[in-house]
Order: sequence, then structure tokens, then C-alpha cells
Amino acid sequence: MKKLDKDSLKKLRDKLRRSSRSSIILRVGLGTCGIAAGAEDAVKVIEKELKKHDIKDYEIQRTGCMGYCYCEPNVEVLMKDMPTIIYGNVDEGIAKKIVVKHLVHRKLVDGHVVDRPAPDIWEKQ
Amino acid sequence: MTSYYKYYAIICPCEEDCSGRTSEEIYEAFMREVDEQGLEDTVQIVMGECEQVTEKGPLMKVEPGEHLYHNLSLKNISKIVREHFGQDKPVKKYLYEPPAKENIRLPDSDFYQSQFRLVLRNCGVIDPEKIDDYIEREGYAALAKVLSEMSPDDVIEEVKEAGLRGRGGAGFPTWMKWKFTRQAEGEPKYIICNADEGDPGAYMDRSTLEGDPHSVLEAMAIAGYTIGAEQGYIYIRAEYPLAIKRLNKAIAQAEEYGLLGENILGTDFSFHIELRLGAGAFVCGEETALIASIEGDRGMPRPRPPFPSVKGLWNLPSCINNVETLANIPVIMLRSGKWFASIGSGDSKGTKVFALTGKVNNSGLIEVPMGTSLREVIFNIGGGIKGGKKFKAAQTGGPSGGMIPAEDLDTPIDYENLSKLGSIMGSGGLIAMDEDDCMIDVSKFYLQFSVDESCGKCAPCRIGGQQLFGYLDKISSGLATPTAIDRLRTISETMQKASLCGLGQSTPNPVLSSLKYFEDEYTEHIDEKHCRAKKCRDLVRYNILSEQCIGCGLCKVRCPSDAVIGEKRKPHEIIQEKCIKCGECYKACKFDAISFG
Repeated sequence: MKKLDKDSLKKLRDKLRRSSRSSIILRVGLGTCGIAAGAEDAVKVIEKELKKHDIKDYEIQRTGCMGYCYCEPNVEVLMKDMPTIIYGNVDEGIAKKIVVKHLVHRKLVDGHVVDRPAPDIWEKQ
Repeated sequence: MTSYYKYYAIICPCEEDCSGRTSEEIYEAFMREVDEQGLEDTVQIVMGECEQVTEKGPLMKVEPGEHLYHNLSLKNISKIVREHFGQDKPVKKYLYEPPAKENIRLPDSDFYQSQFRLVLRNCGVIDPEKIDDYIEREGYAALAKVLSEMSPDDVIEEVKEAGLRGRGGAGFPTWMKWKFTRQAEGEPKYIICNADEGDPGAYMDRSTLEGDPHSVLEAMAIAGYTIGAEQGYIYIRAEYPLAIKRLNKAIAQAEEYGLLGENILGTDFSFHIELRLGAGAFVCGEETALIASIEGDRGMPRPRPPFPSVKGLWNLPSCINNVETLANIPVIMLRSGKWFASIGSGDSKGTKVFALTGKVNNSGLIEVPMGTSLREVIFNIGGGIKGGKKFKAAQTGGPSGGMIPAEDLDTPIDYENLSKLGSIMGSGGLIAMDEDDCMIDVSKFYLQFSVDESCGKCAPCRIGGQQLFGYLDKISSGLATPTAIDRLRTISETMQKASLCGLGQSTPNPVLSSLKYFEDEYTEHIDEKHCRAKKCRDLVRYNILSEQCIGCGLCKVRCPSDAVIGEKRKPHEIIQEKCIKCGECYKACKFDAISFG
């Protein structure tokens, strides 16, 4: 890997921003807290279900703690034409529902929607 | 494929609105209305887990468009369904408009949430193990800006203008620390990141490092450039294996990109970061003890001055900053110190991350602007006290902090106000307590912690802590005499004045602040041998109410110490001398025939 300088760092950032990401992004909170609450199990179920429904254009983003200690594990679903939704208390059953109901049938999984606590400071420029 | 529904609406599940309507009723009314108007394939309405502005409730967020309806009542439902979902015209007059917040100034005040995520900006958003994720979100842009456009003095000026103060507890101005270290004589100089987080109930730094390690690395490089250091250490406890793994990965990735290491970003500035693992002693969060630990000695503090900025690691100038303090730096550099200073209140600028735990409904890792009231934190963000119990006090600052009673719920949280109340900001643990918590029991818990963690170097801390704990133990077991309270005060004052380091000086804080606000509970324990929260085992008595007891014998079977006597079908009795107060009989009884208190 070539070392970056100021300009190439900026170019890299611009390139990263332009590059199209998958049409479905699933963010899973995998801090110590999320892992302890079973987030890894949720990821396994999600991957299995995505395969079953032949969804390939997706990305699972393994993030740190999202801050919702009271309803771990958490999965945030970002996809085109659907509101961005954060789900809480995602056990294996809910993980399956997220794929079948939200991703395939485009319906929200009732009872597990969590509110985003604060706006993104980088988006509020 | 497009979305199934045209609209998605999320209703907040707050308990009830002013008219006593629960959001359940509102939800059902919406469902009926949607059915009646034949819009069931246009909109999906779901119940959310939590929206935050409960006094504005019930709330409904409609996507797309992020429209937020508040104060929903049965009256306005049909209009919203008809016009918004039926005719695509949001009903403006029912939409929530954020009011200007008192006490708190915010740069973007057009949102309804109480939280503001600056330190946690990337936590839960990026993959901490992918440097590209960080770079995409302005990562290392601050470092590039500093190296190419700013002199070290410019950086110090910017941090000064920001008014950033240390987030580790004491609140010392960061720019001063940087300036002193920059001006101190001696080469090389060091930057140390204090990630030795050890208060019970605190996990802010762990979450930050696990979720966004690069922000701390970037800030350390900026600090290194500013004070003239080429080496940085992160002192982190070995109990945080995931944070360590992610930090090491982040350092390797940053070095590969030339963002750490030799000739950063093609300039002649070089900066290296290494981890130093601590074995988890609480005292090692104290800066001189931390330095001793990095040097390979036993983690014990030494008197200051000289301060570490003059004589620190290997007796050379060292600047020690907390994880959260550092995580603020890149944003300050990119957005300006002035922008940062516009957030917060009084002399406390910016935000504070809290690990909100205890008896709240929604525990969580939260970040609020300085100056937010405790009421907002506990009742809006935390969703109130579990089980509808009464809020009694909040504990901030862990074993070095104190209690804030219910009367002071509306005090804005900042450094000055907390110290006026006899507590401290601390690193950010915030534990809510309800009527079932006994203040003596809580103080005992913290004292036990501090006594265990005392390094033993100075007598006031080593002996004083033990004595304080001894008196608390006597009080909670009903053996104390009325002089105990005076003794607690005298020992506490001595410890505050004579202890060598912050650990000993702050050990009495939980005792003093609980005495300040809950002295009646202390006297109740001492004079009446009564614990109103029923927590102090030795003061609690279990009794069988003979009129309720049918003599089923369940308690007798369950009792591990054969303290229950009585014949079948006749009222039983507890022999107090034999009772070990385990509560098994109370749990076993199906006829509410056992009382305790």
C-alpha cells in the first residue's frame, strides 16, 4: 500500500464516498456488550436467511456499541426506498423476521423499532 | 423493488399523554382509521420501542419525510390519516417544532432529541476494523489539516477557544496541559492516552475505543504534533480484550496508510503509538500511578508537583489525556473551537458521554450537551424509573463521586454544578437509584471498592478507608452508636486533606454526599435500627402473620436454618435467633402471610 499524503487522502475519501455501496446495509452492534447479548448469533441467522432468499447485494457492517444497552442486540437496516430503521432486542427469531419481513416483503417488524438517539453530526453540515 | 407501503409510521410507546390516553389506544385508533379509509396498503403503523420527548407524547414519526407528529389525540387521528396518508399532505399544525432549549446552546437545534453525538459520532455507524469507513467520515482530515495549515500554537489556541476540559474527572483545561507540556524542557516528550477505566458501572471509554479507535489515534497524533512528541502510549486495562484487539488493528492500518509512523502524510512529522496493558488496578487511572505502571513499577502515585507535564514518563514531559477528551479533538480541528464552544453551558463546553445504568427503563450509552438536566437524562432519555417506582438519587462519578438527590433533578449537569452538589463529573458513570436503594448500603458498596483498590502507600487512604467502611458496616448492622456520624465526618475530612492522590481524597465522597442529603437515613439506622429500603439484612425482621397463615408448611420446608416452627394447619412462627434473613420463606409463601421490614 502506498503511503498517503494530504491530497491522496482526500482523493481516497472522495472515492470512498462516490463508490456505490450495496443496496442493503445491515449494521450490527458488535461491541463487547452486543456480543455478550448474542449479536453474533443474530448475524449468523441473518446470513443464513439472506442466502435462503438469494439476496446477494448486501453488506453486513460490524460496528461498535450503538448505545442501546436496554435492548441489545441491535441491528440497523439501511436500504433503498425504505426508511432507515434500528431494531432492538434482535434475537434469532427477530433476526429472521428482519430478513423475511423487512428485506423481502418491505414491511417493518412491529414491536422492535428503536428511535435513533441523535442526528449524525457529519450529515448536518 | 420499491417499498411495499408508501408510508411507514412509528408510534412512541410512552405511558400516557395529558388526557390519559395510552399510545396503545392511539395505535388502535390509527389502525381502525386506516382500515376505514381503505389505506391499509398505503401505510404501515408500528409501535416503536422508545421515542425520547415523553412530555410531547404520544409521538408518531412518519417516513419518508421524517415528519414528527406530537401530542396525538383521538381527535386529530382521522385528519392525519386522511390528509397525510390519503392525500400526501402532512398536517402541518400537528407537527412538532423544536423549541429553543434553555440553558443549552446547540449549533443545530432543529431536532427533537435530547442527545447530541459528538464523541460517539462514529460509534455504531462505522466498522471499527476498517480504516476506510473512518476515512469516509472525515477520518484523518483533521490531522491533514493540522499538519498542513496549523502551527502547534494555532492548535493550542483552537483548543483554548473550544474550552475543552478533561473528561477523565477533574475537568482541567486541555489546552493548558498541552501548553505546559509543549513548553516544558526535556526531550523526548510523550503523549499518553488514559484508557484505564475502572469505575463500577462505567463503560464509556471501552465503547468509544471499540466503536471508533481511529478517532483517538488521530487525536493523539494531533496532540503529538502540538506538544512535540513522537511517541504515544495508550494505557489500557487487559480486561478490555476487544478494545485492545481493535486498537492494535487500527494502529496497523493507520501505519500502512502512512497516517501513523514515520513521515506522516508525507510531512517530516513522525508519530508512533503503542499500547501498554494494565492489570486493572483502579489507582492506575491516577496519572502518576499510571506512569509508574508503564515504567514497569508497581502502580502507586507520587506527590505532585512536579506534574507529569514537566516530569512524567521516564522523568520527561508527558501529556496525559482521557479517551473521551481526545475523541473530541478531531471535530474541534475540523469544525473550529468556536463551533465547539457553542455547545454546552457556562464553563463546561461540548458534550458528555454517560453510561446510564441502574433503575432506569432504558439504560444506555448516551451523550448529551453539557448543561442538560438530570431530569432530562433520567426521565426522557432513560425513560424513567423501572416499575413506576420513585426516583431517589443519582450517583455520578463512581466511587469518587456522590449522590444527587431528587430535589436537584433540574440542576444542569456541568463541572461546576456537580461539584457544588458534592459530586463530581467523574468519567461518566451515572447510576439511577430508586426508593428500594438504601444510601448506607450504596455507600458501603463504593467504600468496599475503594478500600480494595487503595494501593496502601499513604496512611490516610489505607487506614481511613478501612475505618469508614467499618463504621458503615456497624451502622448497617445496627451496632453503631450516635457518635458514628461524627466519626465518619472527621475521618472523611482527614482523608480529603491528607491523602496522597485523588483516590484517597475522593474515597469519602459517597459517604459525605449521602450524609449531606440523607442524614435522616443514617440516624434511622442508628437510633431506630430501621432500614426503610429494607436492604440492610441485619435490621430486617421476617415475621409470620398468624391471621394469614394457614399452616401449609411451605416456608418450613424451604427454611435452610430450621428457624420456622409450627404444626400443620396451624399458624407457624419464626425463631428470630435462628433466622439468617435469606428471604426464602417470604418468597415461598403463597398467602402473603410473611412480613418483613
